Amino acid sequence: MPKVTVDGAEIEVPAGATVLQACEAAGKEIPRFCYHERLSIAGNCRMCLVEVKPGPPKPQASCALPATDGQEIRTDSEMVKKAREGVMEFLLINHPLDCPICDQGGECDLQDQSVAYGRGASRYDENKRAVTEKYMGPLIKTVMTRCIHCTRCVRFSEEIAGVDEIGALYRGENMQITTYLERAAQHELSANVIDLCPVGALTSRPYAFEARPWELKKTLSIDVSDAVGSNVRVDSRGREVLRILPRVNDDVNEEWLSDKARYQVDGLTRRRLDKVWIRNKAGKLESANWSEAFSIIAKAKPGSSIAAIAGDLVDCETMFAAKQLVNALGSDLLEGRQTGLDYDVSNLAAVNFNSTFAGIETADVILIVGSQVRWEAPLVNVRLRKAVKNGAKVFVIGPEWETTYPATFLGNDLGILNDLPADLVSSFEKAERPAIVLGGAGLAKGALAPLIGLANKFRLARDGWNGFNVLHMAASRMGGLMLGYKQSAGIKDIIAAHPKVLLALGADEVDFSAFEGSLKVYIGHHGDNGAHAADIILPAAAYTEKDGTYVNTEGRVQYAEKAIFAPGDAREDWTIIRALADTLGVSIGFDSFAELQATMIAEVPALGEEGLVDYGALPSGGGNASGVIEAYPIKDFYMTNPIARASETMQRCSAELLQAGQFAEAAE
Amino acid sequence: MLADKDRIFTNVYGYQPWNLTAAQARGDWDNTKDILAKGRDAIIDEIKASGLRGRGGAGFPTGMKWSFMPKESKDGRPSFLVINADESEPGSCKDREIIRHDPHKLIEGALVAGFAMGARAAYIYIRGEYIREAETLFAAVQEAYDAGLIGKNASGSGYDFDVFVHRGAGAYICGEETAMIESLEGKKGQPRLKPPFPAGAGLYGCPTTVNNVESIAVAPTIMRRGSAWFSSFGRDNNKGTKLFQISGHVEKPCVVEEAMSIPFRELIEKHCGGIRGGWGNLLAVIPGGSSVPLVPADQIMDAPMDFDGLKEVGSGLGTAAVIVMDKSTDIVRAISRLSAFYKHESCGQCTPCREGTGWMWRMMERLRTGDAAVEEIDMLQQVTKQVEGHTICALGDAAAWPIQGLIRHFRPELERRIAENLREAAE
Repeated sequence: MPKVTVDGAEIEVPAGATVLQACEAAGKEIPRFCYHERLSIAGNCRMCLVEVKPGPPKPQASCALPATDGQEIRTDSEMVKKAREGVMEFLLINHPLDCPICDQGGECDLQDQSVAYGRGASRYDENKRAVTEKYMGPLIKTVMTRCIHCTRCVRFSEEIAGVDEIGALYRGENMQITTYLERAAQHELSANVIDLCPVGALTSRPYAFEARPWELKKTLSIDVSDAVGSNVRVDSRGREVLRILPRVNDDVNEEWLSDKARYQVDGLTRRRLDKVWIRNKAGKLESANWSEAFSIIAKAKPGSSIAAIAGDLVDCETMFAAKQLVNALGSDLLEGRQTGLDYDVSNLAAVNFNSTFAGIETADVILIVGSQVRWEAPLVNVRLRKAVKNGAKVFVIGPEWETTYPATFLGNDLGILNDLPADLVSSFEKAERPAIVLGGAGLAKGALAPLIGLANKFRLARDGWNGFNVLHMAASRMGGLMLGYKQSAGIKDIIAAHPKVLLALGADEVDFSAFEGSLKVYIGHHGDNGAHAADIILPAAAYTEKDGTYVNTEGRVQYAEKAIFAPGDAREDWTIIRALADTLGVSIGFDSFAELQATMIAEVPALGEEGLVDYGALPSGGGNASGVIEAYPIKDFYMTNPIARASETMQRCSAELLQAGQFAEAAE
Repeated sequence: MLADKDRIFTNVYGYQPWNLTAAQARGDWDNTKDILAKGRDAIIDEIKASGLRGRGGAGFPTGMKWSFMPKESKDGRPSFLVINADESEPGSCKDREIIRHDPHKLIEGALVAGFAMGARAAYIYIRGEYIREAETLFAAVQEAYDAGLIGKNASGSGYDFDVFVHRGAGAYICGEETAMIESLEGKKGQPRLKPPFPAGAGLYGCPTTVNNVESIAVAPTIMRRGSAWFSSFGRDNNKGTKLFQISGHVEKPCVVEEAMSIPFRELIEKHCGGIRGGWGNLLAVIPGGSSVPLVPADQIMDAPMDFDGLKEVGSGLGTAAVIVMDKSTDIVRAISRLSAFYKHESCGQCTPCREGTGWMWRMMERLRTGDAAVEEIDMLQQVTKQVEGHTICALGDAAAWPIQGLIRHFRPELERRIAENLREAAE
């Protein structure tokens, strides 16, 4: 633990800390552009210069200098002030003064730091440098003249995303940051470079010229585009969500966010269900009012012949309210696995991501079965990449996909689980923290039980470590399973029961043709598959429009807050279900959201506490695996849920990045 | 004047062939095994005792540099010697002569130095524009391999040592030691942050020493003739012989090996036939390659040409690339041209150098024609100070110093041009 003196105050810092970290620990602000906690140290902006004794009689870059015992650091000396002013001046001489038309304005590091550390006026009379536009795809807008060459974007792509797409061309003042051959940045995390860019060189293309940061209301929320439960901040103005940014949570998303979570936001204003619809005798949907719709449902007299199917995006409160209603009518036909999965859910420890996301970084051997992690959970893929950088070996069973780390593909045949290859067995036997990641494609082929057998055989659960992981894709999955949205044969049980009334809670992935005889009531927010099949559409709120509890695939309970009101006649889901209960003449035990939450927590106490749920020990399992994984469930990363499908940006990404070539002419 | 018998580079003018037979006739590769038999510490001690300072410009004691290398590998990492033949400094041309005409001195030196620091191999990074020189070097290395002088059991010493030649792509910055290492690894040539220093983590993360061609090439001769012989030349702290490269307005520009500390006047008179137009016509001298400040005529004439002597007149020995300018020189244009060079060669990694070199060059261009205000001279001085000492590598310093030298010694000339420009504009 070296002891250093910062501006006269002595402070002890952890071994391996840099001088910059020491200064921060001492409460001194050190300006910086290139330095970022989660990226490697570049030391190229030279803004963090401080005076350090002993050392050469010139200012030192504090971000790159290790703190050693007895250092005397000054951040307030004349030398440091001059050095900062000098660097600031250099950064500004070729930076355009276009702040009034720059989207970074108001949240720009360069702006803030030039106010704090720069000189009052410019001495530069020469012409400024201009850089030609670069094309970085449909998400990233570039104004490279503003670039200050901090290389954060380059380091992010290389180190975090694992995709060598951004780099620097030329040298000296002609240096330019660009994507190779000016192709679009093609990975699921590309837009994070927008957050990283300290200036307005890389800004958000869909959000261009939409709003200024000080006009926005900021609401803390949880992302629902996958089962990771990324912590997000919803920026809204009036009744519109304008953008979504990641929040720091080291346990979940660190400070990254997938492109889909960030940019499906414009889908929230398109294809919205904002009034009640009833399908008439001719099979056409007609707009109606709430009482008409309710009276039709009441006339159906479901009795106990009612079922509810939860969609991928719904919160626990909605599912609980519907469950109360269904139970009150004497039914327990609840299911959330819309596509027909029927894996055993008697013990939730067997279908949970037990090692946690932060934990999987420390695994040393990882077997991925039937998961295209890059698309199913991009931020988990980031963790896997970190694990590999720490020395982990990765094996994958399933069709090949482009990993961002070295991985051994063992083929598509699950039969290999019955007779594992020797190097995998020996790696597993030697490993201190072995892990298995089972994805949707594996679950569909019945790989769960054999893998639990393997997990027990190789002692994946041991002291302080449980390496058995199931990676879900739906934000509602773990919450739904905890609330009893599980039938032993999955959705087949519901089909077999032929319910008179089927409540589809934002369920858009179900094959509704199996429910011909049922009165299909769709409670949801987008005019997607569910609404197309429904007999009655009751408009509800999207995830940004209601408070809610979500449980991610690690079993982490998190709360989201309501950012804006739902459009038109749409109501928050629980109020619709509460009104339905009156219509159907049953009592479901709550009259307000607070009461609903209290009842839910009384029934499932784990949902009342933010953080990881303890599901207990792994059950026993075993049996032979068979079957071939033909494909992964996600066919198009940008089109996995009704919000994303409604989003123009996501459609553009899908067309341009995944079906490249067909789009070029249309853009011109 | 250095006697012929005391010259290390006996074929610097290429009167004899460069090949192995001729080199051996000149004494190279003569019982190299015996030198290695003295042991690693003995070699380093001998080099330390000789007072040899690095010939690449910074003048760091070579023996001490070698002693920083780990004595033995604790973690199985090999050590490497990297030889800097990326000679791109305007004015410098000594390494070219060595590689052209005496490549075996360099290869033998690589073995001796590599053995002394426990290196597994030497990488010679040769400037991309040196095409014929690279061909010679490739051929010479092959000759040495064929003769068993390097490779497995090099020179019969029982030590395995490889020499690789790597051609650069013509970037000046790759002559900076860590940028050279990056370039050797196949990356963009940009200097690394220090620490860690190359002796701890250099090429491919292994302990590495980067030495100039001349520093390495003189090592075998020092070992043969003894440190006492080498240190008999030059003043204290500036020992040995040195290749001087005199260019510019002298009667006979040349590359010549001389004793260190030879007075400037003697160097010019003896080897270059004097200044063009006589000593009264001398304007200024850049004594160590483009990156050191110039020295006006009256101060340089009797200065000893060594590290300390030139430091005293506010400049440096650098690579001993002496650029002589007589009174026909447009001194502002000359320095402005150097600024253009540094602007062109800045790697663009860190801010002060990337932005500063361009700004300084543009101001220099205006000062050349006098299209500036007098206050801008002070501003330019301040800008050079803002660049100097604030960058990752020394290129920022190198870009700043020539301008600082110009302002220090030729401010009246700058002001005269501004005044003249104003007058012309008024007319």
